[in-house]
Amino acid sequence: MTSLDILAAAVLNGLMSGAVYALIAVGLTLVYGVLHIINFAHGAILSAAMFAAYLAFQAGVDPYVAMVPLALIFFGLGYGLQRLVIGPASHGDDRNILLITLGLSIVIENLLLAVFNSDTRTVDVAYGFSTLDLGFTFLAVPRAVAFGVSCLVAVLLWILLAQTDTGKATRAVAKEKLGASLAGIDVAHIYAVTFGLGAACLAIAACLLLPTYYVHPRVGNAYVLVAFTIVVLGGMGSIPGAIAGGLFVGVVESLSGLMFGESLGQLGIFVIFILVLLVRPTGLFGAKA
Amino acid sequence: MSKTGKTGLSRRRVLKAGAAVVAGTVAMPAYLRAQGAAVKIGILQPVTGALAFDGAQGQIGAAAAIKAINDKGGIKSLGGAKLEMVFGDARSTPEGGTAEVERMAAEGVVAIVGGFASPICLAATQAASRYDLGYIVDVGVSDQIVSRGLTNTFRFAPGFGIVTKSALDNLVTINDAAGKPAKTVVLVHEDGLFGSGLAKLMQAELPKRGFEILDTIAHPTPARDMSNVALQIRSKNPDLIIPSSYYGEFVLLARTMQQQKIKPKGVFCVLNGAASNYRFVKEFPEAAQNVMDCNHWYDPRNAVAQALKKEVDASGKFFTYNVALNYSGVLLLADAIERAASADRKAIVAALASSTFAGHIMPYGPTQFIGGQNTGAAPVNTQVQDNDIKVIFPASFADAKPVFPVPA
Repeated sequence: MTSLDILAAAVLNGLMSGAVYALIAVGLTLVYGVLHIINFAHGAILSAAMFAAYLAFQAGVDPYVAMVPLALIFFGLGYGLQRLVIGPASHGDDRNILLITLGLSIVIENLLLAVFNSDTRTVDVAYGFSTLDLGFTFLAVPRAVAFGVSCLVAVLLWILLAQTDTGKATRAVAKEKLGASLAGIDVAHIYAVTFGLGAACLAIAACLLLPTYYVHPRVGNAYVLVAFTIVVLGGMGSIPGAIAGGLFVGVVESLSGLMFGESLGQLGIFVIFILVLLVRPTGLFGAKA
Repeated sequence: MSKTGKTGLSRRRVLKAGAAVVAGTVAMPAYLRAQGAAVKIGILQPVTGALAFDGAQGQIGAAAAIKAINDKGGIKSLGGAKLEMVFGDARSTPEGGTAEVERMAAEGVVAIVGGFASPICLAATQAASRYDLGYIVDVGVSDQIVSRGLTNTFRFAPGFGIVTKSALDNLVTINDAAGKPAKTVVLVHEDGLFGSGLAKLMQAELPKRGFEILDTIAHPTPARDMSNVALQIRSKNPDLIIPSSYYGEFVLLARTMQQQKIKPKGVFCVLNGAASNYRFVKEFPEAAQNVMDCNHWYDPRNAVAQALKKEVDASGKFFTYNVALNYSGVLLLADAIERAASADRKAIVAALASSTFAGHIMPYGPTQFIGGQNTGAAPVNTQVQDNDIKVIFPASFADAKPVFPVPA
C-alpha cells in the first residue's frame, strides 16, 4: 500500500465512523435545540437500544430488519419518558430535567446490568465479514451500510423539520416556547416528540453498530462523550452542525490515530475541539448571537 | 400462702426460668464458637465497566471455591468455620478497587482475592497493605505488582515477565520446527499498564531471537474502531501479529482483520483476553481458527478442574482462565487460614508467605512465594483448532500439535 492509499483509506474509515457519531449526536442536539437541556441519559438509551437490537437478533430478526420497528418502539419510549416521567417530574425547571436525565441514565444502566449481567456480547451476522474491494482498501459492508443509513436518516429528519407541520411547530417551540404555546402549539407534545425522535435516532444507530460492535450495559458511554463533543463543536442545537461535526470528528480521529497512534487519536478530537471553540465559541454551525 | 397467680407460676419459678434463659444466652456464644464463626473473605472484581466480563468470570470461580470449601466442612482448624464472601465491584478502575478495599476492610474481611487488571491490582494491594490485609492477585500481570516490597501481596499466577519468556521460547520452538517461516512481527497492544509493559518487553526480546519488529501499535480500551490498526497491519504485511488486548478489543481487531482480508502466517497472542476464551471460539469460529495464545490455563488433566468446567458449561457460562485462577486463589487462601488456625490478618499473611499449597487446579507445581510471586506458576500455549482450545505447549500438558504456518 502506498502512503496515499493509507491516507485515503483512513479518511474513508473516519467518514464511516463519523456518520454513526453524527447520528448519535443528532439525537442529542435535537433535544438540546428544542428542550434546551443536555440529555444525560443519551448514552444509557443507546445501551438499551443495542440490547433491544441484540434481543431482536437472538429472536431471529436481523438488525437491519429490526431497524424500523425498533426506531418506532424507541420513539414511543422516548415520547412516553418525556411525557410521563421527565416532564411531570421536572415541574418545568431545566435544572430538574438535567438531574432527572442523569438519574434515568443510572436507572437504565443498572437495570440492564441486573437483567443482562456485565457480559460483553457480540452477534455474528452472515454479512459481518463482507467487504467491497475499492482497490486501495477493503470497505466492510456493515460500515458502508451504516454510513448510507445515517446520511439518509439525517436527510429525512431535515425534511421532517423543514416541511411538516410538526417540524414547523418544533422549530417554533425551539425558538420561542411561550410564543408557540400562545399560538396554540402543544409544547408538552412537541417536547415529547423531540425526545422520541432522539431515542429513535439511537435505536437506528444501535442497529447499525450491532453487526460490527459489541454490546454490554455501559456500551453507550463509548459513544456519548464523542457525541457531546460533536454537539458543541457543530453548534448546540444545530442538526447540520451535528452531521458536519460528526463526519469531521470521525476523520480527525482516524487521521490523528494513524499519525500519532490510536491512543492519541481520541486526543486529536479534543485538540481540534478546543481550537474551534477558541476561534468560534458558538461552534461551527452555531448562531452567533 | 404461696404467691401463686392464676397461671400457677410462683415468682420463684419465674425467676428460676429467667435465670435459666439468661444462662443459656450467655452460654450460646461458646456454643457458636465451637461451630466456628464465619470467616469473611473479600473478593474484588470489576463487574461493571469495560472489564465487566472478566470480573464476572472471576466472581464465578471464587464463589464456586467458597461453596466447595464450605460443603466440605469449612475451615476445620477454626471449628468448621464457613467462608463468607464479601464482594467488591472495582468498577474497572483503580479508584473503584481502592474504595472497595477500604469498605471490605471496614466490614472485617481477613484477606482479599482478585483484582483482575494490573492497574486495579496495583492500587488495591497498596490499599490492602494499610490494613495488614493479605491480598492474593488473581491475574494482574504487571510485574510492578510484586516488585514494590509489599509483604501482604501474593500473586498466584505468572506475571508478564514469566509469561513473555515462555511465550518467546515457545514461539522460537514453533517457528524453528516449521523451518523459520516467520521473520517479521507487528505488535498490537492496549495502551494500559498490561499491554504497554508487555510490548516493551517484546520490543527488547524479539530482536534478540531473530525477529524484526515492523511496528508497535497501541490502542485505547474501550476502542470504538480497529480499522486504522488493521490498515497499518496490512500496509506492513508482517509474518506474525502479536496482540495483547482485553476481550472486546481483540474481538474487534480479529473481526476487522478478517474484513480487511489480513492473513499472516500466524497470530500469536500473549496474555490475550479472547484467544483463550471459549466465548470467542463459539461466536467467531472463523476469526478464531488457528489463533495461538500464551496465557493462564487450567490443568486439563485435573479431575476437579474438569468437574468445575462441566458445572460452568452447564450453567451456560464460559469456562475462562479467570474462573480457574480465582477458584485456585480462594483454595490457596483457605489453606492459609487453615494453617494459621486463626482469623488474624497478620497470621494469615505469614501463612501465605510460607505456603506450599498444591491442591489447586492449575498446571503449576506447589506454591512458593518469593518476593510475593509464586515461582511455581507457569503459563501454557494454546491454539484454537476445530472450534476448540487445545494446549500445544508445554509438551507434558499438550493435547494437540501446533498448526504453523497457518494455511492461507
